[in-house]
Parts: sequence; C-alpha cells; structure tokens
Amino acid sequence: MGDKTGILITYREALKQALREALLSDERVFLLGEDVGRYGGAFAVSKGLLQEFGPERIMDVPLSESGFTGAGIGAALAGMRPIVEVMTVNFSLLAMDQIVNNAATLLHMSGGQLNVPVVIRMGCGIGRQLAAQHSHSWEPLYAHIPGLIVLSVGTHEDARGMLLSALKSPDPVVIFEYTYMLNLEKEIPADAGAVDITRAKVRREGRDISIITYGAGVYKALDAAAELAAAGIEAEVLDLRVLRPLDEASVIASVAKTHRALVVEEAWRSGGIAAEISARIMEKAFYELDAPVQRLCGVEVPIPYPKHLEDASVPQIADIVNAVKKMIKP
Amino acid sequence: MIEFRMPSLGADMEAGTLREWKVKPGDTVERGDIIADVETMKGIIEIEVFDAGVVEQLLVKEDEKVPVGTVMALIRPAGETAAPKPAERHVYETFKSIVNVKEEIPPVPAPAHEGLRASPLARRIAAENHLDLTTVQGSGEGGAITREDVEKAIAERDIRLKPRPAEPAPTPAASTENIRMAVAAAMSKSNREIPHYYLETSIDMSKALAWLAGANRQRPVAKRLLPVVLLIKATAKALREFPDLNAVWENGLQRKAEINIGFVISLRTGGLIVPAIRNADKKSPDDLMETLTDLIPRARALKLRSSELSESTITLTSLGDDGADAVFGVIYPPQVAIVGFGGIREQPVAENGLIGVRPVLRATLAGDHRATDGLTGSRFLAALQQLLQQPETL
Amino acid sequence: MEKAQYLRLLYQMLLIRRFEEKCAEMYAKTNIRGFLHLYIGEEAVAVGVTQALAGDDYVLATYREHGHALARGMDAGAIMAEMYGKQEGCSRGRGGSMHLFDGQKLCGGNAIVAGHLSMAVGMALAAKKQQQNRIACCFFGEGAAAEGEFHEAMNLAALWQVPVLFVCENNYYAMGTALRFSHAVQELEKKGPAYGIETAVADGMDVLAVERAAREAVEKVRAAGKPYFLVCNTYRFRAHSMFDAELYRDKSEVEEWKKRDPIPRLSDFLLTKKVITEQDIEDLENRVAAEVQKAVDFAEGGTWEPVEQLTKFVYSSD
Repeated sequence: MGDKTGILITYREALKQALREALLSDERVFLLGEDVGRYGGAFAVSKGLLQEFGPERIMDVPLSESGFTGAGIGAALAGMRPIVEVMTVNFSLLAMDQIVNNAATLLHMSGGQLNVPVVIRMGCGIGRQLAAQHSHSWEPLYAHIPGLIVLSVGTHEDARGMLLSALKSPDPVVIFEYTYMLNLEKEIPADAGAVDITRAKVRREGRDISIITYGAGVYKALDAAAELAAAGIEAEVLDLRVLRPLDEASVIASVAKTHRALVVEEAWRSGGIAAEISARIMEKAFYELDAPVQRLCGVEVPIPYPKHLEDASVPQIADIVNAVKKMIKP
Repeated sequence: MIEFRMPSLGADMEAGTLREWKVKPGDTVERGDIIADVETMKGIIEIEVFDAGVVEQLLVKEDEKVPVGTVMALIRPAGETAAPKPAERHVYETFKSIVNVKEEIPPVPAPAHEGLRASPLARRIAAENHLDLTTVQGSGEGGAITREDVEKAIAERDIRLKPRPAEPAPTPAASTENIRMAVAAAMSKSNREIPHYYLETSIDMSKALAWLAGANRQRPVAKRLLPVVLLIKATAKALREFPDLNAVWENGLQRKAEINIGFVISLRTGGLIVPAIRNADKKSPDDLMETLTDLIPRARALKLRSSELSESTITLTSLGDDGADAVFGVIYPPQVAIVGFGGIREQPVAENGLIGVRPVLRATLAGDHRATDGLTGSRFLAALQQLLQQPETL
Repeated sequence: MEKAQYLRLLYQMLLIRRFEEKCAEMYAKTNIRGFLHLYIGEEAVAVGVTQALAGDDYVLATYREHGHALARGMDAGAIMAEMYGKQEGCSRGRGGSMHLFDGQKLCGGNAIVAGHLSMAVGMALAAKKQQQNRIACCFFGEGAAAEGEFHEAMNLAALWQVPVLFVCENNYYAMGTALRFSHAVQELEKKGPAYGIETAVADGMDVLAVERAAREAVEKVRAAGKPYFLVCNTYRFRAHSMFDAELYRDKSEVEEWKKRDPIPRLSDFLLTKKVITEQDIEDLENRVAAEVQKAVDFAEGGTWEPVEQLTKFVYSSD
C-alpha cells in the first residue's frame, strides 16, 4: 500500500504531474505541440516544463497539425515515445489524416511489422463560450477507428494516471482532455499514478438505474446521482473511460444489476458513443431491461457562442435528474 | 466612487492573485494605465484600469487571491475634464439560467398492435414463473408491465398460509452499526427482489437425540456435540441431491460446486453475522463441532476473515431450544434458499394409530421462486427428514 | 491625396483602436466571453488594404478580425452586440468575437488557422467562372503560412490563375511562437515566387504604405485575373488573447514597436504637413467615442435569442 493520504489538486495540475512523471521516467518521451513551451501551453498545462526539460523534450511546433502529428507517428515508429499535443479537437481534424490513415493502419498494412506507440492528447469539450470552431465533443469520430485506443479523461484520478499507461501501449492512443475541467479541484491519493486503461469503472454504486457516461459527463452524472439519492433513487454511475475498445462486459454487468440504462454524452446524438452503448445493451442484455434505454446527448447544432444557448446544447445535471426520474417513475 | 474589480482575463479564469499594486492611494490614474500585476495559472498579467481618477483606497492586499469580480480598489472619478463615464448598466451581469431546451426524447412509439406492453425483463420473469402477463396491470411508461408489476403479481399468486418471515440473514462488516445497516440493506433487497415461497415440515428428533446422547457419552465435555451439528450435516447432505437450492441467482441460476453453509450467529449487541462452514457435507459431526467452536466466539468478537463472510452458498438459521417454534427466513441474496429450524419441543405424535410424546423439530425452507418451485423444496425437506432418522449415517 | 481621404484613414484606425479598448474593458467585466483577440497595433493593415477593395469584393479574415469588419464598414453596434452574444449581433450572436459575418462585407471571422485560404481561392474561381470583376481578398497571419493549407491554396490559385489577393499580416508571433521558431525561411515574401505568384512587402505600421501597395496589388489582380501575395509586417501591441501572460516576448520589444504605432504616425505626418489640425483630431476622437458608446448601448439594449431557437441555422430549410 502506498500513500493514500488525499491531496487536493486541479485537473490541470494532475495532467501536468503526469507529463512530468512521464518525462522523468523515460528519456524517449518528448512533448511536441503548439505553444507547449514558451507560451506555457495554450491552457497552461505544460507551463514550466520547458524550463525544466529544455527545448529538445518540450518542442514548440509551427501551426502544422498534420505535419507535427505525422512527425510524432514517425518518431514513434523509429523508437521514441512522443506525446503529441493538439490544442483543440477542432484542430485535430487537420491531423486526422495522419491519425486515421497512418497511425491506425500501419500495424495492419505491414502485416504486424510496424506498431505505432504514439500518444496524442487533445483538449476538447464545451462550456467556455468558444463557439463552433473551438469547442466540440468529437470523441465518437475517433472511437470509430479500429487500431486506435481512445481514452476519455473524466476524473482527476485519470488525469493523473491515463497518460502513463498510454505510454506503455504498443499501439496509438488518443487521449481526450476536457478544458472545461482544468480549474476544477478534487482529491486524489498522494501516490496516485498509472491507471488501468482497459476497463470502464463504476464511480458510484446503485441498484435502480445505470447512468453510463464518460468525459465531461462523469462529474455531472455523479452530481445528478447525489441529487437522485436524496429522492430515494440509487443511480449507478459507470464511467466508460475507454471509448475504444469498449468495455462491453462492465456495461452489461451494470445493466444486469439495475435493469435500466441512461446513456449521457456531450457529443451529438446521431452515431455517437451513446448509440453504440445502447445497441450493445440491446444485443447482449435485452432480457435484463425493464425500460427502454434512453440517451441524453448533445443537441445536433454547432456549438453556439452565447452562454444560454451553449448550456442548452449539452446535457446538464438537471437534465440527467429529470431523465432518470422519468424513467423510474413514469 | 468607481469600484475597480478583479477583471476576467479568460473564459477559464475564476480567480487571480494580486502580486503587486502599481499605484497607491492618492495616485492619479488614466484610462488604460497598468495598476496591478495579477498572477493567474498562465503567469503574471498586467491589469489595466478603465476609468480615470484618483486612487482612494486599495482593498486587496498583495499575494491575496480573490475571485473575478471582487472589488479591489476604490477610485474617485476625475473631475469635469475626464472623459464622460459611460453608463454601465450590465456590469458583472451573469447570465440568468434559462430553462434548457433539449431535443425531445422521441416519444415511445405506441404498440404496433393490440399486443401487450411489457419490458423484456418482465416478460422473462413472467415466463420463468409461469405467470400469465395478461392478468397483470402495468405501472410503467404508457402502461407497460415492469419487473415490479410481475413480481407483485407472482407474490400475490403464491400467497402462502405462512406469516411473513422474520428472520434476516448474513452480512460482512466491522462494527455493529455497520452490521445493522448491512442487514437492513440485504434484507430490503431480498424482500424487494426475491419472490419467496415457504414450506414447513415437522421432524421427529427422537432417534437423532438418542444417537447424540450415546455419542456424547464417549466424548470429553469439551468435545461434546450439539444437536445443531446434526442439523447442519443433514442439511448439507440433503443439498447434494438438490443442487438447485445450493446456488445463486445472478443472470439466472448458477449452481455452486461447494456446499458452504452460512450459519446465522446472533450478536449480543444486536444484528447478525453469517460465517460460512465450507464443504459442510464433507465434514464429520466432530469436525463441524470443532468448526463451530472456533467460529462462534470469533464471530461475536467481529474477528472473521472477509472470505468467511462471502463464501456461503445457502443459509441455515437455528433458533435453539430457547427460540420460537419455527422460523421463516428471508433469503440472503444472491442465494436462493434459507433453511430454518425452531426449538425442539415435546409434542404428541400419532404413529401407527397410537399417540406418543416425541421431541419434534419444525424445519422450514424459504426458496427463491425464480430459482426453484415448491416441489423441489418439498422434496428437499423430505430428504432432510429422512437423514435425521438415520443419525448414524451422518 | 485629399484631406477627406486622410481623415478617413485616421478615423477608421481610431475607431478600431477605441472600439477594441472598449472590448477589452467589457471582457474584463465579463460582458464579452469566449476568446477575444485584439488587433491593436495592426490597424494600418486592414484599413490600408480595404481602401483598395470594391464593395462587392470578397473579404475573408481570421479570428482577429474586428478591424477588418469595421474597415469594411460593418456597423459597430452589430459587432459589439455579436460579442455580447445578442441576437441583434452581425451573426445573430451565434459566432461571437471570432466569427463576425456580413453577407456583403465580410466572409468571417475564421478560427481554424489557414482554413479560409482555399475558400478564398474558390470564391475567386467562382468569380472567374461567372466572368465577374470581383476579386477575393484573404487576410491571414504568418502562423497560417506554416499550415499545409497555405501551400495548397497558393498552388491552386496560381495553377488556376484566379483573382485572389493573399494578405499576410505578419505580426511575428503565432500565438506565443515567434516567427523564428515556426518558419525555416523567415522572409515570408519568398514563399509567393515559389508558386509563381507576384509578391510585395509593405510596412504594416504605415497605413499609407499599405494602401499604396494594396492599390497596386488589387489593380493587378483585377486586371490580370491572377493571384498576388502581399506581406505586411506589423505587430500586435496586446497579448494574443486576453488571457496571455506574454511569457514569450520582452516588454522592451513591445515598447520598441509602440514607437511605430500607425495612428500617431499618420496623425503626426498630417499635422507636420499641415493637412489637418489638432482640432480635426479632437473632432475625430469625439466622433469615435460617440460611435463606440452607441455600439455599447446598442449591444446592452440587445436581446437574447430564445433558447427554443437553438437548432436554427443548421440547415437552410430551418
């Protein structure tokens, strides 16, 4: 047993500590991304790392998303352990060709000869009024791609630990971080470190309904579950964590226990993760269902700038509470 | 007086730490002057003032961290020559929360035909229990039949003559409060989820007690056997023939390979604890006695290993001779049965046309109706009775 | 040049400056949210170039586009209301600071770096196909010149010979990354000839120089129907966005550039040549102050779009 004393830490600091630990523990690791060095990180996650590790390991890059992501993939092929930071998921679309056509396919195309141990981190999420070209929840786009491991950092524990496990992966890992949560403080164990990146995790036990979610939905679902508990409803909160490959067993186990499922995500409804989860429940746990699976997803609109419209475009805590109550007490 | 407040420098800035005032009371400031350095997570940022005037008072000390919008200084507006100060009606207005519109959850489509609306789970439970769903009133959305409706209907159908159970079952825990809460939770869950059926049979214990008296004569006091040892052994042996009762209900019936009898021990402080007697069917009466001698004091001292609390595959509760005549147990989920023994009482018994007085034990079985039916339970009790008539074989 | 034209240049630059100073204030007071990128210091580029454009020319800009919107004659009130998120805004509040649009005057407000360069090529292509006399003018920063999109757009424009004017506003920093850390060849003007595109450089801190260069460029684009690359070297006095501690540059560097501030540079020139008087400048300042105040009043009097309309403007039929 290590030190289980809790420490209060921001999501930003947890991400930074993980980066530091990764850089300290493996000299093949280096960080490359836009403004990660001299500017201090677009969202201040890597602030101070240039001073500590120098420009060889904290590399500022030109605005060339396809170029530097491709370079990260190449460096991974050739023996390094690069961490590519893409400022926002919107910009990652310029790099998507490299991620999908190269990182995700090389192992297969080469008949197993070339694996790509690259880690690509990107900021994403909704809630800072950054409008339609700087804020979206596009995890499903990447979760669609075989060959990628897609992680969603929904808690501080995972902010501290997922990167370290991702760097051990022989295959490309895409990590979604939520800019909206950067300032949020939570307690994690003082010795928190690498975490499993193969399983979903029950963040709160409950018997009446499974709220299945990830990323920005996790804390919202936990807040909603606390509110529901006061109303006598025990909701289980399952954090998917790994969006590809999906931990189907944990989903089915939770539904078999509660017999009801509400899937919550900020991404758009059509073709999203919630659609996939819902389908898997139909396939594998249909006879456990005591009510139709429901989804609370992002409204299908590019994210609008004004606060009231932005808030209305993604599920909020009150929406989760209402949806659960409607499912349990129709 | 103009209030100079901690500015918002970014959508994700919630607070800032004042590092240095660049002005002091009495200083004249112009619009656009840098009046302070504020540290944020992005580093130190120079803060400008948007009004002209004379600094009247500094309200925030250096190195103090304050939220965006906090009044940091008071500035006396410049005289008539200063630029006209715009009317600022909306300063620090925060957005009122507006009721969210969401895409309507698409309405559940009406049933395509006059068919029954029932959840898949409700249909499954009904089928397993041979319940006709057309007799069930649905309480779910749009009148759909839910698990709760089906379970209620089954319970009503299966109304027994027996009173509701009184005897709860096991729990792992470390303190008596925890134990009370754990018992409460497990029993509530059981009562909510498990459709119980109850059976009872009376067992003539004269042969068993006679055998026991003989056996004990050859044993030192410390090793003497209690009647409950025979009850445990007989139950365990009978279960070999009825594996559906030695099972758990998790995604359907799952039989257990080992027969581990959960033995209910009452705590003096209240509550129960139910350690497992592993492989009870393979233990001799002496071994079982030794196990009990070890378990009971440890259980009362709350010094059981967690494995001892989690391994049982069925529960046995015995009230002892001071207890009530009979006990109808509540099944400990996910187990599917609980066997109950009351006190042994001398009773008139008719046999071969004559009435005699015999020591009689009332044995009960509460079974999970999802897992087994009354016939199975009934045969089990008959087997138990048979075994107790041949104590030497135990 | 006529006095009226000089005053027009000065007025437009002043309006951008004072308008954006007010934006900074309103951001600090949380009336404006999201990202706010100020153009202060670079006004001469947008003002100088737009003088050379016709009303129906296409103009595309970046997320640092308040200056271009004002120089193109968009209403300051509609711009301020947009930044407040009000439905009276030029994009109905949907876009905010980074996405100012006006069907006639400005095609954004584009916040994916270099994403709009190829769109500009396409608009020029359409003008060519429809035998219109319009050109497309596309503003972008030197950071964009590192994107593949820049090189693809330059090549396409030259290959297809379409009337597009590429204006690179080189302010030496792509967010916090200095030119020397993002370009192997830092003379941006060398990148045009590589594609066979005629190229010129202008002092982006001198509105008269920018205007001269732009007029020559636009004339050629319009006459020959070919692309043209104009590099304007300039400097932003403010941080990249409001939330920027400017760890990547020295204050002394900023102070040095402020000595070349395009606004005093023009006004001093005009005063020295006695084209205008101090009174003219004061009148301009008062006019600008009134206009900025009017814009703020308009924005504050604006209304929130009803939340029920959230899914509007996703498809044209809505």
